Amino acid sequence: MKVPITVDDHIEGDLNAPFTLVEYGDYECPFCEMVSPIIKRVQKHFGKQLTFVYRNFPQTEMHPYAEIAAEAAELAGSHGHFWEMHDLIYENQEALSLELLFELVEKLGLSRTDLKNTLENKTFEKKIRNDFNGGVRSGVNGTPTFFINDLRYNGSFEYDELISALNHTII
Amino acid sequence: MSKILSPGVAAPEFTLHTTIDQTLSLSELRGNPVILAFYPADWSPVCSDEVTLYNEVLPEFRKFGANLLGISVDGVWCHAAFAQHRNLHYPLLADFEPKGAVAKQYGVYREKEGTSERALFVIDKNGIISWSYLSPVAENPGADGILEALETLGK
Repeated sequence: MKVPITVDDHIEGDLNAPFTLVEYGDYECPFCEMVSPIIKRVQKHFGKQLTFVYRNFPQTEMHPYAEIAAEAAELAGSHGHFWEMHDLIYENQEALSLELLFELVEKLGLSRTDLKNTLENKTFEKKIRNDFNGGVRSGVNGTPTFFINDLRYNGSFEYDELISALNHTII
Repeated sequence: MSKILSPGVAAPEFTLHTTIDQTLSLSELRGNPVILAFYPADWSPVCSDEVTLYNEVLPEFRKFGANLLGISVDGVWCHAAFAQHRNLHYPLLADFEPKGAVAKQYGVYREKEGTSERALFVIDKNGIISWSYLSPVAENPGADGILEALETLGK
């Protein structure tokens, strides 16, 4: 992985944890949606030993809502609600729409106007693009792509296989 | 099978259809770098990930002034439907008749399957191959190698 984890990333867990799992994801990608609850279980299994990082890799030509969903999640993040928004979008991916994003933002106590302005101004475009370009440089070729302790993980997205891959990581 | 053309070799000239009534010759693009992306077939899952990925990375390629060309043995109508379906913003060349002739020139034709390999070439502004990469056929090679090759060209 070419771009190291920094405090600017969305991080769940301790930066100094022995294991890091970085996901490059797209909110409209069905495989990312599928893997989302599996990651939760993996996180639960490893507890404080594992740090999870989520980076944007929206494939906008294929997924019309990927970028605006990323903007909405980043907006929520700027108010300290990134992970709630991230989870809500994936949990409701089947119904993903502009209106859904407004509803979710409201649910988190944020203002609809803020989201409207964010989408109009593409406030987080640079961050999203940086995530994307960093991913491309690291060889991300689709979503989801995972890195375990900075090394690309090429296995399946099944729970058992992810657990075993993390267990085999030499610290 | 013949060997994939290596860096330092002049990129073989070709003229292929991009649509039913339009052709493109490699020499028309002289003066700018060209990325030539051979892939086995329209619609197959890995190719699709690869062509859509390159579609997303297009702005980065353009920062280097590079033109991206996709190329497979599929015909123009197949390419047209595929490009429309994937909303592609770069041309797909039909190496269709005689089938795979250009792939053969570049040393990336799979005789048994009758398709090209999954292979990448970066051609410099003077028409010389500056980087080539033969990918495992079932693997999406990503765009990092292309970007590094384009960066090297600029130096």
